[in-house]
Amino acid sequence: MQKTSKALFGLATAFVMSSALPNLAKADELTLCWAAWDPANALVELSKDFTAKTGTQMKFEFVPWTNYADRFLNELNSHGKLCDLIIGDSQWIGGSAENGHYVKLNDFFDKEGIKMDDFVPATVVGYSEWPKNTPNYWALPAMGDVVGWTYRKDWFEKPELQKEFKAKYGRDLAAPKTYDELKQIAEFFQKRQIDGKPVYGASIYTERGSEGITMGVTNVLYDWGFQYENPKKPYDMEGFVNSADAVKGLEFYKSLYDCCTPPGSSNVYMVESADAFKSGQVAMQMNFAFTWPGLYKDEKVGGERIGFFPNPAEKAHFAQLGGQGISVVSYSDKRDAALQYIKWFAQPDVQAKWWELGGFSCLNSVVSAPGFAKSQPYAQAFLDSMAIVKDFWAEPSYASLLQAMQKRVHNYVVAGNGTAKEALDGLVKDWSDVFKDDGKI
Amino acid sequence: MTISHSSIVEKAADATARATPSSVARRVRGLSDRAIAWLFIAPAITLLLAINIFPLLWAVYLSFTNYRANRPNAPVLGVGFGNYQRVLNDPDIWQAMQTTAHFVFWTIVLQTVIGFTLAYLIDRKFRGHAFWTTIILIPMMLSPAVVGNFWRFLYEPQIGLFAYAVSLVTGIPTSDIQMLGNVTLAPWAIIIVDTWMWTPYVMLICLAGLRSIPDYIYEAAEVDRASPWRQFWSITVPMALPFIMLAVLFRGIENFKMFDMVTLLTGGGPGSVTEVASITLKRAAFESWATGRASAFAIILFVAVFGLANIYVKALNKVKQR
Repeated sequence: MQKTSKALFGLATAFVMSSALPNLAKADELTLCWAAWDPANALVELSKDFTAKTGTQMKFEFVPWTNYADRFLNELNSHGKLCDLIIGDSQWIGGSAENGHYVKLNDFFDKEGIKMDDFVPATVVGYSEWPKNTPNYWALPAMGDVVGWTYRKDWFEKPELQKEFKAKYGRDLAAPKTYDELKQIAEFFQKRQIDGKPVYGASIYTERGSEGITMGVTNVLYDWGFQYENPKKPYDMEGFVNSADAVKGLEFYKSLYDCCTPPGSSNVYMVESADAFKSGQVAMQMNFAFTWPGLYKDEKVGGERIGFFPNPAEKAHFAQLGGQGISVVSYSDKRDAALQYIKWFAQPDVQAKWWELGGFSCLNSVVSAPGFAKSQPYAQAFLDSMAIVKDFWAEPSYASLLQAMQKRVHNYVVAGNGTAKEALDGLVKDWSDVFKDDGKI
Repeated sequence: MTISHSSIVEKAADATARATPSSVARRVRGLSDRAIAWLFIAPAITLLLAINIFPLLWAVYLSFTNYRANRPNAPVLGVGFGNYQRVLNDPDIWQAMQTTAHFVFWTIVLQTVIGFTLAYLIDRKFRGHAFWTTIILIPMMLSPAVVGNFWRFLYEPQIGLFAYAVSLVTGIPTSDIQMLGNVTLAPWAIIIVDTWMWTPYVMLICLAGLRSIPDYIYEAAEVDRASPWRQFWSITVPMALPFIMLAVLFRGIENFKMFDMVTLLTGGGPGSVTEVASITLKRAAFESWATGRASAFAIILFVAVFGLANIYVKALNKVKQR
């Protein structure tokens, strides 16, 4: 019996040692978790400077967008130690703050002299604050992003198309400023033959599984007057989410889907939309700004062939916020080193290099620098877009709210079930149920 | 000199005893056969309890609470049958169950009919039958992720082969053949893919059934001048029936859990027309983090599948005993 106990003790010790040893060996390493996309590659390049300066090796855990939320929210919920730093989606802030996944950064910012006033205000609200519009910071704005549009400048500049368009609509064929103009252009290009190939009007978000159609629909609804809640009474959604204007906005989105998207556009998000543009199928494409550097570099559609414009206006002028802030995971054993990375990342020269490499800096000194607007062909559109951003709910229950919206709007826009009013009325009911469950109403 | 059988056994036993370390032999000597049997199966039972039974019991416990996995610090309160009540009164869940039943029904019907037909043809042992058997089995060997992506491209209206083929036959423009975006066609798009992938599995089981029928029964039928049609209905089908029913059972259980293919092809859309129960469950459990409610839903699904499968197995046993 004594022997058995010793053996068990030995086994347990070996197990504990084997678990502990890798940590000891990796004390000078930090793991940063993010989505697998172009900006992440730019961050790998940028982080080499951090390693050179501090000697801390950077490891990266990048997950494709389709699994990004599942993978990392599971990691956070299970209090995993995989990520020391995480660039989490803007909607995660509420849940991550309330559930203790992120380290609160106020004291650290104060100590290191990092001021949130130095960052674009919308990104601070969107990526850092919980509760919103209060000075409680859980992340440093890291990657500014927003839904905007790209268009085939070369097609728009074709003299014969210019002439035909002007004769039909009485104005020049140019980047649209209103939704009426956008739809006219989309209709003009729909099923037209260009260079011997059929082309289509526009690619818009319709994806059902994660958050795609919601990001697309809200991008348009905001401009018609859709609001998440009564500004005077939180969580009072009746007449705001389903206002007459919001109904018109949703009807417009469906009409754009019906009239002017390529065949088979029922499940389109970032990748599919960029692919439709890159393969020369569409005249215009709705997509997050992070895709712009890659598209600009594209040999077939980039360079002089591509143009960029912010979301058009209607009654109001908004755009759906994307992007993320960088946070320190509270379960990390290397909290101090992780904070040092944030301190380094917040420096103006690092932020300037971040923009040069293809990341989208949120630092005022970078985006307000003279010459920024002309530093890249898409810089002006990015600035204009970031000035008008609005974000989806960042409540801890954002995922339930998102699921409800995905279902309701996809049912109406893509499946063609019911009316826009019914879809938004249903959404008010679903969202009210979620907030009732949360004890907020 | 003859050596008796018993002396050989005794010698072998002696040799084994000498080869066995005395300490082990001493320990084992005192154990009964039953105890040794338990000793051998204990690791497997422990694993089974840890991996299957414990999570099941834990899920049953969670289904009576308000537990949310993303709020581990929040107090866990008992809610009685509240979660079950809510699940059973949720129209979305009933919609998902209907969608699942639709998939299960049609995939089973198509896979059984086509699978059995293919098995019957392959069983004729025509020239090159082994080659065709291998070809037919290929879809089953592919990963569902590969199959999902492969068919997503095939269904693509502009470049997809499926739309092109349908257009060639019907004359409908390819741009109008939107298998995944059309409310009516999307469920069938998934049924077609599942049938393409899993019919070979049904075929294999049916083939085993057909090959198990002794030739002499057919020879006796020939002597009695039974027509091929009569032989088919009076010998082939009844004798292969237990195998066909087994295939139906396996496919039924598998298709009740269908998840990967739907996620890859439509994500549950358009709207919610292809949102099967497993997707609803995943969304409740790992997106909304309503762990208690999701556990209740999982238990309901488990009981439904277990109950139906039990009834079915009893029917299967009756067929076998005939």
